[in-house]
Amino acid sequence: MQNKRHMLTKHPLAWVTVISSLCISLPLLVIITTFFTGSFQLWQHLYETVLSDYLINSFWLVLGVGSGVLLIGVPTAWIISSYDFPFKRIFSWALLLPLAMPAYIIAYTYTGMLDFAGPVQTSIRELTGWQAGDYWFFNIRSLPGAIAMLTLVLYPYVYLLARSAFLEQSASLIEAGRSLGYSYKQTILNLSLPLARPAIIAGVTLALMETLADFGTVQYFGVNTFTTGIFRAFYSFGDTAAATQLATILLSFVALLIFVERYSRRQIRYHTVRGKPLKQIHLTGKKAYIAFLICLLPLLFGFLIPALQLAYWALFKAEYEETFLSLAWNSFYLALAAALIASSLALIFAYAKRLHSQQKTITTVTSMASMGYALPGTIIAIGVIVPFSWLDHQIIDFAKRWFDVNPGLVFSGTLISLLFAYTVRFLAVSFGAIDSGLQKIKPNLDDAGRSLEHKPIQILKLIHFPLLRNSVLTAMLIVFVDVLKELPATLILRPFNFNTLSVRAYELASDERLIDAAPSSILIVLVGLIPAILLSRSIDKSK
Amino acid sequence: MKIQKSLPVILLVGSSMLSATAIAAGDTYSGFPVTLKGYSGDKKTSVRYSGQAARHVLHNSLKKIITSLIVIFIASTHLAIAKEVNVYSARKEALIKPVLDVFSKETGITVNLITGKADALLTRLRLEGIASPADVFITVDAGRLHRAKLAKVLQQTQSETLKKRIPSNLRDVDNVWFGLSQRARPIFYAPDKVDPSELSTYEALADEKWRGRICMRSSNSVYNQSLVASMMDAIGKEKTQQWLNAFVKNFKQRPAGGDTDQLKAVAAGLCDITIANTYYFGRLINSQDESDKTVAKKLRVFWPNQQDRGTHVNVSGAGITVHAKNKENALKLIEFLSSPESQAWYSAVNNEYPVVKGSDISETLKSWGEFKQDTVDLSILGENNRSAVELMDRADWK
Repeated sequence: MQNKRHMLTKHPLAWVTVISSLCISLPLLVIITTFFTGSFQLWQHLYETVLSDYLINSFWLVLGVGSGVLLIGVPTAWIISSYDFPFKRIFSWALLLPLAMPAYIIAYTYTGMLDFAGPVQTSIRELTGWQAGDYWFFNIRSLPGAIAMLTLVLYPYVYLLARSAFLEQSASLIEAGRSLGYSYKQTILNLSLPLARPAIIAGVTLALMETLADFGTVQYFGVNTFTTGIFRAFYSFGDTAAATQLATILLSFVALLIFVERYSRRQIRYHTVRGKPLKQIHLTGKKAYIAFLICLLPLLFGFLIPALQLAYWALFKAEYEETFLSLAWNSFYLALAAALIASSLALIFAYAKRLHSQQKTITTVTSMASMGYALPGTIIAIGVIVPFSWLDHQIIDFAKRWFDVNPGLVFSGTLISLLFAYTVRFLAVSFGAIDSGLQKIKPNLDDAGRSLEHKPIQILKLIHFPLLRNSVLTAMLIVFVDVLKELPATLILRPFNFNTLSVRAYELASDERLIDAAPSSILIVLVGLIPAILLSRSIDKSK
Repeated sequence: MKIQKSLPVILLVGSSMLSATAIAAGDTYSGFPVTLKGYSGDKKTSVRYSGQAARHVLHNSLKKIITSLIVIFIASTHLAIAKEVNVYSARKEALIKPVLDVFSKETGITVNLITGKADALLTRLRLEGIASPADVFITVDAGRLHRAKLAKVLQQTQSETLKKRIPSNLRDVDNVWFGLSQRARPIFYAPDKVDPSELSTYEALADEKWRGRICMRSSNSVYNQSLVASMMDAIGKEKTQQWLNAFVKNFKQRPAGGDTDQLKAVAAGLCDITIANTYYFGRLINSQDESDKTVAKKLRVFWPNQQDRGTHVNVSGAGITVHAKNKENALKLIEFLSSPESQAWYSAVNNEYPVVKGSDISETLKSWGEFKQDTVDLSILGENNRSAVELMDRADWK
């Protein structure tokens, strides 16, 4: 047994990982410490009145969205990666499109259409002469409605990660399965799915964390979840301490989720080698029709219908106030910078985790650093403001003492704090994608590289880079799109006179001017489309 | 712009002065030994060995130049902000920026703006503390303004102009914040289903005859919270709880959406009445969209409680932050927002009522007629806010 400390000090990668993940966990630690400093006054009231309601709703929401994204994401990923049918090439990237649609925007759009006062129900009433109460219609503003909305925009996480996992599986695997006497179905269930499991789980975890952090959709639908509870404590009771206490509890749920998932996997590791690629089965007739339909439906409801509605509002009804070019540019470069930062960090973390897999420290700090995704952006923003304003105050004190000047805020209210908040919030996304990609590269490949006396950097360049390329691109894409959509942290941390598309869309929508919010919303979708299509192309090419 | 222009001049003057002082200070080095590595001469101090003195002079002037650069850089960023005012606003950009632009044009003072949710901005303000760049905090709802006062992020402002213009119930008792525009929260009804003679007060909406006929937005809405807070002041906490319990039972459905959604639901026949802020109705009336106009035509305003305390009103308001660096400009801005010009703007653009008596109001506002306002001191709404939310939770108002 080697001395653990000794091993750690020898590896700069491990050090960098530990230090930077501690930095990234700082906002979380701030939030957790307030748990013990605040008073618990509000708790009694919450416990007596609304807390059980919050918990039950959150539970069903997580369960519903979890099953929903699995049911849509995995079958579509499987169909796209193993069959050939009409329009398949288009579907392979088009299925990602709902990712570009912010959940609250899709909620507004569907409500606008399906609400009692919306065009669909109004025309039903006009056609039939029915009045309110004469007929049953799906109430979009409900828990099932919220589950549907979140599922429609979050399934691409599962689709994206599962598809790259399926594509990386080799044909020999399936052949081996068949030669062992498995039926086609058994091969899928016993070999392909378990092999893709880390990726699928990573996708579902992302979707669930985003679900837990969602505020816009559930609040608009009047579904009280744990997160609306946090905001109620914050906004209605003005009790920041209670809000962060609730957030801490939310965090512990997530920690539990991660732990259960880890435990269920325990020491099992799945590795594949890139052999000859899966031969795609050509579908014809009824089967092709079914495959087409399965892929069309999520695309239709998750993207085409709401996008058309938005486009209609934007083109024919909305009032334009100014050019959107600067908003789009701000959104674009922020998202790009955040994607680069989050992915580079994720790469470092994933490698540290791989090279020091026996080190509990590394696994602990990296999972800690990726918990931010489950927290609502506003809470993260508070967690970012606290350490940054402390730092700023130190700088001011220093400057006053030595130079007798007040430099003002250096970090707070600048893009630095905004980018930091994005990293805290979205590191889980990039880490999930890159880590699951890296896990699929067999360690014996590294050993082979080492035995050829390649330096680690050469192993990276020659073996890992080609194999990891897609995972890294995927990570960058998701972070990019997520930052594009991100609202609460942007809203509170942005510098003076700085607007983004999502800020503009939110301002109008929350002022109950849905139609005027359409141009910015559709631009978010369009800016998000470009990388989605580029990524999909690049994955296709690398096959 | 200003930084770039002034920087070279300051730099040139500053550095030449500094190097001059450094050279003049050369004789103070007499006590220093020679430290040059590999030096083998016979001079023992740096006064004798001129090379060492030169090294010291160079070293020290470099140090001073760097220090002065930092100072100049910091000072210049502060010079540049002499003519500006920084605003944190919980009013949406579209509902404040145009009037700020007019202010900039008239006074030459640049206004820097961040908009956001009231409590998030408040938290940011509190945490930034003395370093905060904000000079003015603008928000809607008296409850929020009061919360800002309690958090000690705003300072008292002595302004005869503001005192004269703004009635005392629409500003803070200690002049920490000032109401700048008013919004009333009356009852809206569908004239084909409700006869106005059936309506009287907010309290009467708890009557059983309204069972399943009322649409309301969530208790998360600060507008509903303030309405309940005002009722607590008028009829007491216990009676308010009883009223809430009965009132919430009359809801047609679980609250969801905003005020506009409730108005639309009434117009579409789902409910018969709702309580909403006036400007949402005004927006529907003046909308470019035909379907919005149709909605507005199917609704009527009813001003409740005209025989007693009056219809509930709330304000949007502003205060100067406690660490404001541009206090003078901040005061100018708030005074500008209470000027007849701005007051008319609030009414013309967002159908809000002016706080200054005798200001121009829009045709839409005129068409709703005059009404008696609840003149409860708005600070009380802030004080009652937390209990109001608790009462609403107990009544299961989602």
